[in-house]
Amino acid sequence: MKKMKLVLVGNGMAGVRTIEELLKLAPDLYDITVFGAEPHGNYNRILLSPVLAGEMTLPEIMLNDLDWYRDKGITLHIGRKVVKIDRVRRTVIAGDGTEADYDRLLLATGSTPFIPPIPGNELPGVLGYRDIADTEAMIEAAGKYRHAVVIGAGLLGLEAANGLMLRGMDVTVVHLGEWIMERQLDKVAADMLQATLEAKGMKFLLARQTEALLPARNAHGGMKGDDGAERVGAVRFKDGMEIPADLVVVAAGIRPNYALAEAAGLYCGSGRVRGIHVSDTLQTVTDPRIYAVGECVAHRGVAYGLVAPLFEQGKVCANHLANFGIGRYEGSVTSTKLKVTGIDVFSAGDFGGGPGTEDIVLHDRQGGVYKRVVLKDDRIVGSVLYGDTADGAWYFQLMKDRQSVAEIRDHLMFGQNKLGDVGHKGESRAASMPDTAEVCGCNGVCKGTIVKAIKEQGLFTLDEVKKHTKAASSCGSCTGLVEQILASTVGGAYQAVSASDKPVCGCTEHSHKVVRDAIFKHHLTSKEAVFETLGWRTPNGCDKCRPAVNYYLISSWPHEARDDPQSRFINERAHANIQKDGTYSVVPRMWGGLTTPAELRAIADAAEKYKVPTVKVTGGQRIDLLGIRKEDLPYIWADLNAAGMVSGHAYGKSIRTVKTCVGAEHCRFGTQLAMDMGVKLEKMLFDMYAPHKVKLAVSGCPRNCAEAGIKDVGVIGVDSGYELYVGGNGGIKTEVAQFLCKVTTDEEVMEYAGAFLQLYREEGWYLERTVHWLARVGLDYVRARVVDDAENRRRLHARLLDALKNARDPWETSREAQAVKQFIPIKIEA
Amino acid sequence: MSNWKRICPLDDIPRLGARVVQRPAGGDIALFRNAEDEVFALHDKCAHKGGPLSQGIVHGRKVTCPLHGWSFDLQNGQALAPDVGTCATLAVKVEDGEVWLVV
Repeated sequence: MKKMKLVLVGNGMAGVRTIEELLKLAPDLYDITVFGAEPHGNYNRILLSPVLAGEMTLPEIMLNDLDWYRDKGITLHIGRKVVKIDRVRRTVIAGDGTEADYDRLLLATGSTPFIPPIPGNELPGVLGYRDIADTEAMIEAAGKYRHAVVIGAGLLGLEAANGLMLRGMDVTVVHLGEWIMERQLDKVAADMLQATLEAKGMKFLLARQTEALLPARNAHGGMKGDDGAERVGAVRFKDGMEIPADLVVVAAGIRPNYALAEAAGLYCGSGRVRGIHVSDTLQTVTDPRIYAVGECVAHRGVAYGLVAPLFEQGKVCANHLANFGIGRYEGSVTSTKLKVTGIDVFSAGDFGGGPGTEDIVLHDRQGGVYKRVVLKDDRIVGSVLYGDTADGAWYFQLMKDRQSVAEIRDHLMFGQNKLGDVGHKGESRAASMPDTAEVCGCNGVCKGTIVKAIKEQGLFTLDEVKKHTKAASSCGSCTGLVEQILASTVGGAYQAVSASDKPVCGCTEHSHKVVRDAIFKHHLTSKEAVFETLGWRTPNGCDKCRPAVNYYLISSWPHEARDDPQSRFINERAHANIQKDGTYSVVPRMWGGLTTPAELRAIADAAEKYKVPTVKVTGGQRIDLLGIRKEDLPYIWADLNAAGMVSGHAYGKSIRTVKTCVGAEHCRFGTQLAMDMGVKLEKMLFDMYAPHKVKLAVSGCPRNCAEAGIKDVGVIGVDSGYELYVGGNGGIKTEVAQFLCKVTTDEEVMEYAGAFLQLYREEGWYLERTVHWLARVGLDYVRARVVDDAENRRRLHARLLDALKNARDPWETSREAQAVKQFIPIKIEA
Repeated sequence: MSNWKRICPLDDIPRLGARVVQRPAGGDIALFRNAEDEVFALHDKCAHKGGPLSQGIVHGRKVTCPLHGWSFDLQNGQALAPDVGTCATLAVKVEDGEVWLVV
């Protein structure tokens, strides 16, 4: 098949990132041609400030060198600026006459520094701050001249000023506003920042309007530029004041480059919002063959000037260019970090306050720490941090995920490491950790290894770090810490992916939510249909996505979607728990933790017959027989089945156990029949698969001997009925269950608990425990569906019972002819 | 000198699954079958901590060990990045629906 032609205009971070994403999805779909006005490969523009400051070199900030384009078979025209797009002939034409035809055109023309129309702005020595050439010109000027004036005290202006100061210049920052970085900082933080910069030697002139830039002969002495033209020599303000200036860097904002697009008849807006107008698929609103990403676009009336949104746009754009047609770009929430070594400033969202917002402020003037978090309706809408920005990424994530902070409000300001009692889950300060500190306890990865991989391999996302270092790829409890390390290492380029957008695995770019919704909406009943519909990159998935997809299929379409044993982890295929030596453990079900002498006798007999080396009582009130060879499993199950016992599902993402106390049956304090209630719940839930394991407990009185407070569903008997608790967890990080509601009868316990678990089964993501699901959707959401809406509760409960009807003991079905083969090895003779 | 040995019908190995072949000496062999009915044979011992690869999930031409999630290329037994290690492979073929192995 003949390849289509894709032309990219603009060889910068947004455009090339889009090409990279596209090559991941569809490496052979296009012949690709790239035009770049600058004479370089693609470099990391946000690291120009460290280059200016002398902390990095140009080779270090290259993202894609010329070899990369050659290896990918991309035709690259550097140093050639495209001057015309002929939409009829579908051709772009560069200034030197080079032409390229396209089937699809991607515009990533970026932006230009805005130079205000003041007299003298054309003089040699007046620069914007945008590219390598500007940076080199500034470095050169710093070697020759003394006085620098930076107009504009925004992010870029301050970084430029800092760099020039470190190179020995006398730098004055001029700003129109009342305080510096007024779009990123409130006045308090800005004043603190200004004081710090002043202490380093930077000078500031605020609320000052520039009237003219004067040539050198009119001011202090007669220096000339290299070409003999008069070089800038001074800056004059409206109030008549004049200061010397051998170099003027204008950092008064950027303007999208849309002239090329506008000349081609593409709509570029009018009035305040100018830029190439694109839809949520990053197609220009005028011509669907033409896409645009980056600083040159206006999306829903917003033009972004930070890198993270551009990467998000690139991802969506690549998906559509690859003909998958899934995913929409719906705008970005952005955060900023100042790249001035030794100064930590972070801001995100809307911190202006206003009606309905509340401020929480922590201000230590002496210690140089200021933190302000702005809340609206119990959710973070903005934050400004100065001096201590370790929790910036955390606040930002909470804001992006729109998570309620009502319950952590009292210690929100003290940061994420004050949240828990265990110190897991990223709750320590990544930045201050030594390189030798172990981050990922499962895979033995220390901080230094992660930082090295991020720097050397140019990693930007959590998934990339997982793949290259294995950190956070097992139990995941260090995910938060790894994200912090990533954020502190790559700074502004870090893309904090909202949890709901994280891809299931490397086989797809789709999130759990998209996959789950597609299965339901398109009535997909097999993994093949899912992979086909959603354009999976691998023929049959991997060990991460196949179990997830299989679960979504059987939970969305019970009795209709066929369970695929080969998509299940070995424990669920063998109905036993694999141990480190390859043997298995067998746990017979003991409903509610109850057993009988006959059952115990049968267990004892089986343990002797199959020479079980270890017999142990579990935390869930069961007996575990450990060290059984796989080929013996069908036989020991047959023996236990004969004594009336069934599988205990101690191995699955499924109902595990209902733990009970002795309750009012025996206990002198008991108010309810806990054992009876527990047995009824466990029978109702038999063979229930879920996103993750599910554990319950029933206690007969508030003394709570069954430890219901750390279970997915905890039931506590009181004199007038039962209290129901949900979302507890005794695992990696102990989580106390939250109170759901109070009910009166046993039937209500079954209905409420059943409805809660069914909602979790239908909406939880694979491998998400109830506590994490609850943290994501909020307890109020669950209450509204399970407690307040009686009709919905009954329907949920009915769907659960329907899914579990005809449940059979997996020990019994595993002994059927085809299934039993997997347990029996093929023996070959000598 | 050929020492091919007939092992089992292809259909005795589940698609995207494996069977264990026990030898009198030299350790167990894992016999894999992928979605395209290609068959591969590896020592049933993960290069990491000796886990039984035969019990892992088979995907594409790869298998993931059930113990700690190392993945291996079934064609050459090489661990996939970032892990480093090798599991020995054995010659295997399918003829007339029967699986043969050099043991």
